Amino acid sequence: MAGIPHDHYEPKSNSEKWLHSRLPIVGLLYDTLMIPTPKNLNWMWIWGIVLAFALVLQIATGIVLAMHYTPQVSMAFNSVEHIMRDVNGGYMIRYMHMNGASLFFVAVYMHIFRGLYYGSYKAPREVTWIIGMLMYLVMMGTAFMGYVLPWGQMSFHGTAVITGLFGAIPFIGNSIQTWLLGAGAVGQPALNRFFSLHYLLPFILAGLTIVHIWAFHTTGNNNPTGVEVRRTSKQDAEKDTLPFWPYFVIKDLFALAVILAVFMAIVGFMPNYLGEPVNYVPANPLQTPTHIVPEWYFLPFYAILRSFTQDVWVVIFANWISFGIIDAKFFGVLAMFGAIVVMALAPWLDTSSVRSGRYRPMFKWWFALLVIDFIVLMWVGSQPPEGIFPYIGLIGATYWFAYFLVILPLLGVIEKPLTPPATIEEDFNAHYGSPSGTPAE
Amino acid sequence: MSHAEEHQGTRRDFIYYVTAGAGAVAAGAAVWPLINQMNPSADVLALSSIRVDISGVQNGTQLVVLWQGKPVFIRSRTQKEIDEARAVKLSDLVDRTAENDNLPPSAEATDENRALSKDGTWLVTMGVCTHLGCVPNFGEGEYGGWFCPCHGSVYDTAGRIRKGPAPKNLHIPKVAFVDDTTIKLG
Repeated sequence: MAGIPHDHYEPKSNSEKWLHSRLPIVGLLYDTLMIPTPKNLNWMWIWGIVLAFALVLQIATGIVLAMHYTPQVSMAFNSVEHIMRDVNGGYMIRYMHMNGASLFFVAVYMHIFRGLYYGSYKAPREVTWIIGMLMYLVMMGTAFMGYVLPWGQMSFHGTAVITGLFGAIPFIGNSIQTWLLGAGAVGQPALNRFFSLHYLLPFILAGLTIVHIWAFHTTGNNNPTGVEVRRTSKQDAEKDTLPFWPYFVIKDLFALAVILAVFMAIVGFMPNYLGEPVNYVPANPLQTPTHIVPEWYFLPFYAILRSFTQDVWVVIFANWISFGIIDAKFFGVLAMFGAIVVMALAPWLDTSSVRSGRYRPMFKWWFALLVIDFIVLMWVGSQPPEGIFPYIGLIGATYWFAYFLVILPLLGVIEKPLTPPATIEEDFNAHYGSPSGTPAE
Repeated sequence: MSHAEEHQGTRRDFIYYVTAGAGAVAAGAAVWPLINQMNPSADVLALSSIRVDISGVQNGTQLVVLWQGKPVFIRSRTQKEIDEARAVKLSDLVDRTAENDNLPPSAEATDENRALSKDGTWLVTMGVCTHLGCVPNFGEGEYGGWFCPCHGSVYDTAGRIRKGPAPKNLHIPKVAFVDDTTIKLG
């Protein structure tokens, strides 16, 4: 299926031929696993495997947790404590699931920023990028609904806030919010349906994973040079690539082992470090925790949500131009979702003819600033919305949008990029020297 | 194109459209129950009104009760709180409507239009921040009223929005005195 010329599966024995003529499944797996992969991939290309592992980990531990959990408002919190105290090894399974979400998001952010730096989103990989963004949205939805299930204080009031985002939509918002919650307020109907959806969405994510892989197996992987694999002949392609198995599988598994060592250290020694202690207080609809914050992986977007208050001029302007339909609340919601939409539109906003950031001297600095911006927004999101923090948040949010809507389109025009190497082989040999016995070209 | 072909094409097109239309209606009819089941069920919808005994509420404190799944603040305000709320000019407010279900929607957000009792002592509002639905805390924020910990909305002592992302004053539900020490919500 890949556009890069390579050897395909040839059934040898009679039984292989028998199966292949009826269901070519071995051939499909073989071609998927043996896909020619650019041989200059660096360590930023390991996060896909980490993500796949995290999905499997979450599904496996999640199915086990669902055997002991009760989605009922008066029993949910206790059933989680039952898992923690009574179920054999339940505490470990829950801690893995809880921190597994963090592992998942660490990996997805590394994966996304890798794509942003090396221009992986650019033609012809736009579809891979868009599917990836959809997967990111499904991930966020799943993580949010999973966080509701323990029915602690943060679960409860977090749900009120997040479903309130939909309530901000003019005219129909309240009906949508009521429809989502199945009541006027967060309660049993919400908990019950979130459990159902939290169980469903990971399988949708698994399906999207297959489409994501299918898409980039068709276009071929990007690589640190952004230069395409030569497709003129199988011989040329083989100079630029190595088969995924065994070369990249072994590399990826090594990286996964290192990451899992860190992950297991966190699960074993500091399992609650990334969580909010107040979620170990049972949900109380009468009292919002004094400082409500989402999990760390939502913080940058949460900061953007909070940044646009009614004293910001764009909010005042939007309010005026829409005859009062867009208020500060709706503006904040639009900004939060817009922050992801502009990222999804990156393939069409980036006008540069050079794909990889490695050969873009100006882009590099703006990109570094975007990474810093993301971290700053994360920090602002974790702070109370007082004092200087709303201003920092506003600057951070502005830069986020400016990067995608102004800087990416302009850089393609004003920047003078360096010349990337002609081939991946050239880049590879420059790093590792040409293989012995082969004369340098 | 001959007349016969044109006639045939039109007839076939018509059948296509009817079939596709019928299919779309059938699909919609099949999907609608699956969507509608997520709306509030009959037991949730069953409107309830509750009576609350407020005899135990000391001046300067508030009672928070749960009504239809949402908190309601029943506050006995001190003279200082009332004076502060009444000193505010209407032009200083973000939301100039009373947001009071007991008054016409056009009622202005004066403290008199917000308070339940004539003397201004009793103030009953939903304990739901009009931003994204958190429960504001009393006694924080610079206007002496409520402060929402989620996104920093500040309400004054009449529950009116003064600062932060929330667009509206704290909502006032349908509420009335049954007798001197009992109020009825809903």
